[in-house]
Amino acid sequence: MSSFIEQERYTCAIGALQSVVAIPRAVPILHSGPGCGTMVQGFFERSTGYAGGYTSPCTNFSETEVVFGGIERLRSIVENTYKILDTDLQVILTGCTSDIVGDDVGSVVGEFTALGKPLVYVETAGFKSNNFVAHANVVNAIIDQFVDKFVEDFLPRSDLGLVNLFASVPYQDPFWKGNLLEYRRLLEVLGFKVNILFGPLSGGVEEWKSIPAARFNVLVSPWYGLPIVEHLEEKYGQPFVQFPYTPIGANETTRFLLAVAAFAREQGVEVDEQHLKDFIIREEYAYYEEIDNLATFLLEFRYGLPSYVHILHDAGYVLGLSKFLLHEVGIVPKEQFIVDNTPEEFQESVAANLAATSDKRTIPVTFDPDAGAAQNAIRSIEHSGRGLIIGSGWDKELAKEKDCDFLSASAPSPYRLVLTTNYVGYSGGLRVIEDIYDVVLATYA
Amino acid sequence: MPEVNLSLPAVAVREIRLNTITGFEGTAEELVTQSRCGTIQERKRSFSQCLGCSTSNAACMVTLVQDGAVISHGPVGCSTCLHEFAFTYRVNAPLRGITKPTARHVYTTNLTEDETVFGGNEKLAATIRGVFERDHPNVIFIITTCASGIIGDDVEGVADAVEEEIGIPVVAIFCEGFRSKVWTTGFDAGYHGIARKIIKPPALDAEGNAIRRPVINVINFWGSDIFSAWFNRFGIEANYITPYSTVDSLAHASEAIASVQACSTLGSYMSSVLEQEYGVKAIRTSPPYGVPATDRWLRELGELLGKPEVAEQIIAEEREKYLSRIEELRAQLVGKTAYVTAGAGHGHSLLALLGELGLKAQGAAIFHHDPINDIEADESDALAHTVRDYGNVPNFNVCNKQEFELVNMLTRIRPDILLARHGGMTLWGAKLGIPSLLIGDEHYGMGYSGLVNYGERILETLENDEFVKNLERHAINPYTKWWLDQPTFTFLGAN
Repeated sequence: MSSFIEQERYTCAIGALQSVVAIPRAVPILHSGPGCGTMVQGFFERSTGYAGGYTSPCTNFSETEVVFGGIERLRSIVENTYKILDTDLQVILTGCTSDIVGDDVGSVVGEFTALGKPLVYVETAGFKSNNFVAHANVVNAIIDQFVDKFVEDFLPRSDLGLVNLFASVPYQDPFWKGNLLEYRRLLEVLGFKVNILFGPLSGGVEEWKSIPAARFNVLVSPWYGLPIVEHLEEKYGQPFVQFPYTPIGANETTRFLLAVAAFAREQGVEVDEQHLKDFIIREEYAYYEEIDNLATFLLEFRYGLPSYVHILHDAGYVLGLSKFLLHEVGIVPKEQFIVDNTPEEFQESVAANLAATSDKRTIPVTFDPDAGAAQNAIRSIEHSGRGLIIGSGWDKELAKEKDCDFLSASAPSPYRLVLTTNYVGYSGGLRVIEDIYDVVLATYA
Repeated sequence: MPEVNLSLPAVAVREIRLNTITGFEGTAEELVTQSRCGTIQERKRSFSQCLGCSTSNAACMVTLVQDGAVISHGPVGCSTCLHEFAFTYRVNAPLRGITKPTARHVYTTNLTEDETVFGGNEKLAATIRGVFERDHPNVIFIITTCASGIIGDDVEGVADAVEEEIGIPVVAIFCEGFRSKVWTTGFDAGYHGIARKIIKPPALDAEGNAIRRPVINVINFWGSDIFSAWFNRFGIEANYITPYSTVDSLAHASEAIASVQACSTLGSYMSSVLEQEYGVKAIRTSPPYGVPATDRWLRELGELLGKPEVAEQIIAEEREKYLSRIEELRAQLVGKTAYVTAGAGHGHSLLALLGELGLKAQGAAIFHHDPINDIEADESDALAHTVRDYGNVPNFNVCNKQEFELVNMLTRIRPDILLARHGGMTLWGAKLGIPSLLIGDEHYGMGYSGLVNYGERILETLENDEFVKNLERHAINPYTKWWLDQPTFTFLGAN
């Protein structure tokens, strides 16, 4: 039996409606209780996109639908959605109510798809999984029920210069917009066109249609999203390369580029080696010019800077930030807390990856979505020096209590606004540095 | 008056208890008349957008109790917006003199598929014990969800059993989203639970009469402390319910002389519980927004406290202090048009404010309508007062945040200003280039000073319209042209 959670840092399966909101001109249709959409909005805040938030149609289950089923209501809502909202793709997401009463949503969807409507459905009852898991279910549902219909126009692996990228979970990763654009910029260096699929600067449903045509898939994640690339491998024979954490800063970004380049070569791609080499040299040069400028400050600032860090985040960020902060900033990662409910079968590899961060120190890590327990653990730990806590808005009070510096970098984030900032890449690393020392220097009133 | 029944674990939803509706098209006067003669009928929509549900409103009333902890008995998603209350608690604490706001304790039982098959009672019991051990709160509130409701967990039974074991009140609050389309039912549910488990009967004197303390309960959200200044003139203190209250202050709410409310939608259930169960008088007239309502309210207060002269004195002073400024503002605002979207009680009050300041309300989208509220009929009907004091309001729509209707209506009538109360509703005013104003503090508009506050903010909003004008030129609009050309109530079915 899973146990209770204090201060959850992710939401339930229907929270993956944000993955639909992140697709330009797509609309989520909720077949759920009346509060699900508001809960998701309240969690992510400032996340309405094209037709999310109060724009999203919802059947708003009442007693009637619980007793008699909600199919009639759903049919009428879908029918009228086409009249009222101008959208390119509609995705029905079911809530606990619908799944418990056992509505046959597929039959209603069939009525509309028979008329050529781009309508998709996916079961996202909150009790079944969370939004990290359901993100993959939503993507796979769109691939199976929508993208696949156009496979004749985009035959599997027909565009050898194209790759699909699966990385940030939209909105759950507060930096998803910026990160996806940075991944695209990086992969373009290898000579690829890149489908990033989410965000206003992606290509919308036209880009989605071209998914099967891609030569291979790039997954940047320790575990979430893995079912997408596995599914695509099975469905369209696309192999995938997995980079198992969020690459932040020069070391890890170069490593990411080289890993994908190596995989591409294995796949018979002729990578322009000189171009890649030049790019890395140029980016690292610019990056280290900044670190050079900064080093004096980091080493000499006499009024106090953080020397260690606790991070409460998903597995990808805990790994990426720990590696980055230790080697490229000089902030030592102490006890780390992975609060994304990483499934047991992945915990070992994540822990091993964290252990590989340093050959001279052990970084203790806890896997537990109960962030309240993580906070209590941090309360009871004492380290010498000034501490930094990187987490969600919930952790601001903890940092105050512990007299630590605090950087808000995970959901929910009521104390910080993120628009298009990226933490991934060379520039992302520099931005993390800016953000950390901004909050540190702001304490000197 | 609807009977309060504290022997039942769950409060009756508003649709049943008060015949509340969420769909209406007409004028304010028609709605008031139909409410009086009982001909009002719900109209259903054949298209609907996300509403919001009772569970977050129940949470809204219990998460800010200083020494409590909250457990959402449901899947992990059903409590994910509660971090916003933790933010509110921390940010508004200084308004209530709390210098060191403590962390909010928000939990979910994290129901998974197993529990939907085998039941979640055991997990709930384990969670209550775990929360008690971790935080040692003075009360634990359990808010229910669609999933726990449908699988039929015995939340009341578990709460009572563990309560006995751990020795603090464990309050089961029944607020499943699917039970009601009127999410304010969640407020009632929160109060119902508090009334059943926390509020204690008042102490009795030698003759067996309740001992009353010089205190008035203020049932509100987390607005600034405007009431103390008024009450102190009568030698009375304010006891705020429930944000920033404590188990102790709630327990003694029964000993107050009276209860007032910032908004009748919010407060009338709690007011009537306190009156019916413990004899705490509920102030009946609608809250003090606009001159006539403020005068009525202060006079009723004065009468009730046996000090009518103090009320007259306050009125005279406030007039002296603010009337000339109100006149100036009126002169600048007269003839401007406005549209209001807000919850029932406060929306009616906003319409009063507009009327007082000389603006013309072109319409309103009010989230629900209670034909009668829990306190009493005529005297506490804020909409009836507003119509009587300032005249009829056309295009009066009862609409539970149905954005598609709001956008359609605003496109048609294009008021000079949109006044909203509730997040998310100003967006479309701004996208259409209409200066839009949302004031979160429900006390900001009260009394004579409130008219000045609002008048100045409205002027400022009208003046500083560059942002909305620019946004209008670039705004993304997902609504079809067809829809914007249809009559607003195309999808609002017949009675």
